[in-house]
Amino acid sequence: MWIYAAKRVLYAIPIALGVSVICFSLVYLAPGDPIQSLIPPDASAEDIAAIRRLYGFDKPVVFQYFDWLARAVTGDLGISLQSNRPVLDEVTRAFGNTLAIAVAAVILAFVLATFLGTLAAFNLGRPVDKIATSISTLGVSIPNYWMGIVLVILFSVQWRLLPATGMGGQGSDGFNWFEWEQVRYAILPMVTMAMIPLGVVTRSTRSAVADTLSQDYVQLLRAKGLGEGRVVWHALRNALPQMLAVMGLQLGYLIGGSILIETVFNWPGTGLVMSRAILTRDIPLLQGTILILALSFVAINLIVDLLQTLVDPRIKRS
Amino acid sequence: MSEMTTNHAIAAQIPGEDVPRGERRSYWANVRERLGHDPVTLFFMGVIGAAVGAALLAPWVAPHDPYATSMLARLRPVGTEGHLLGTDELGRDMLSRLIWGARTSLLMGILPVLVALVIGGFLGVIAGFMGGAVNMVVMRIMDVFYAFPSVLLAVAISGTLGGGMGSGLLALTLVFIPSLCRVAETAASQIRGLDFVDAARASGAPVYSIIVTHVVGNVLPPVLIYASSLISVSILLAAGLSFLGLGVSPPTADWGQMLSSLRQGIYMQPLVCALPGLAILIVSLSFNLVSDGLRQAMDIKS
Repeated sequence: MWIYAAKRVLYAIPIALGVSVICFSLVYLAPGDPIQSLIPPDASAEDIAAIRRLYGFDKPVVFQYFDWLARAVTGDLGISLQSNRPVLDEVTRAFGNTLAIAVAAVILAFVLATFLGTLAAFNLGRPVDKIATSISTLGVSIPNYWMGIVLVILFSVQWRLLPATGMGGQGSDGFNWFEWEQVRYAILPMVTMAMIPLGVVTRSTRSAVADTLSQDYVQLLRAKGLGEGRVVWHALRNALPQMLAVMGLQLGYLIGGSILIETVFNWPGTGLVMSRAILTRDIPLLQGTILILALSFVAINLIVDLLQTLVDPRIKRS
Repeated sequence: MSEMTTNHAIAAQIPGEDVPRGERRSYWANVRERLGHDPVTLFFMGVIGAAVGAALLAPWVAPHDPYATSMLARLRPVGTEGHLLGTDELGRDMLSRLIWGARTSLLMGILPVLVALVIGGFLGVIAGFMGGAVNMVVMRIMDVFYAFPSVLLAVAISGTLGGGMGSGLLALTLVFIPSLCRVAETAASQIRGLDFVDAARASGAPVYSIIVTHVVGNVLPPVLIYASSLISVSILLAAGLSFLGLGVSPPTADWGQMLSSLRQGIYMQPLVCALPGLAILIVSLSFNLVSDGLRQAMDIKS
């Protein structure tokens, strides 16, 4: 297992490098002279020359990449054009806010989906199964940004129960799950975010549990008179590693894809930072945010894979 | 997926294996027949057909000019005389805009998957069939793109390019190539080792003709099933890009963009403002259910 783990970690390195190459190339994808996208439009000629030298735009692209990489590794992702603050600071501040609702959404989805999926698997073909399957199909078909708007219409406009947008009095700094005044703001974004993982995990739980239930040893468990409650426990235990893997991937998708929901709710996370960076053509900020998000996705995948080998002794990969 | 692929391979060797009376029927005839017995899939195919039809016939079907604004008739409710689904924040007829919007929304949803199907399928077949170093290079490059969550990759590319329909199409196509390539690669590499391919090779058939006659036919079903499930994702993503302002430019009707510009009206006409999202939901749901139906019809074993 340790050999597998080491291999898996090593394998993540070229992927991470590849990701960095793509993020680096983004500056060149941006229309116009790359230098134009790195400096404010009112910069003086000396400033432009200084930045050109600083970024090594006089050198071949490959050297530019390694210079950029060397800086990125030390945490220097450049300066945001809009706020004039280091990109890394901007991203890390926002990252916590995204993480807060993404983790909560995944937990919410996991609990609901485990319940729904298990219930469906034990009642294959019955109305309960049909309902669970419909919910799961709806979860993956619904445009969640639209669902967010609908929730705002219902809970904020019609019933005036929850705030429509923003993150409350604290502004954009440090979200706290233990203060109701702040949690109120997080409820709608969290529920909206939970929709896709709810759909995906319900479906995979249903099929994993149904798979387990069709195996001989479950017949044995029932034959020797075990209560259905214990059978559920056995079935779930075997389905758990697979569900865990799906969950981890979903968390990664939520963190990386938070831009739509954060735009709807004006939630000050990484998605909103990206959205703002696109709007203001703040390429260093956009590039830095994408790099951090993509790398965290690589890291999450790695952690999930490693956890899975720990949890599931059946996985013996060479 | 792997199990399924092998089944198709076997099905290709023994056509009509599940038809008892020795009657030989092609795989696709079986699929058609199975679909004929699936009312849910047929119904949602009809929904998609209606949406596509409305999009194609927009100039004739739409009751009003989708660009005609009216300062006096802004944000009228659903059911207004002359405006069946109300009007938007500039007084434009919602029904007409939804019909015209179907053009861009469906195009942005379907085209990237088709292009990615061709490119990803081609790369996957080559990588899977050739194996070795070719496989290594192609698949490791795909892995890197795979390392991005799809929304992030789409937003990264189209956001850096500055938005617009072309960049949106490019971004979405790039998002779907890696996964389609993977599915094609898995299918193709399984065909590679089968006896009938060895037989073809032994009888002197050139690689290219083996790929065309044996590999493509067996790779197609799993790749098509997978691609059909991507269309719903693509429609959601494309509308999402427009919602973020990265799609078509403003006066052009597009569901995602309508949803975004109508947000200011949710306090006055919530129902009207929810309509574009409803359109996205109906189409995406239909594609999802049709894809499920196709999967069942195309999976020989079930």
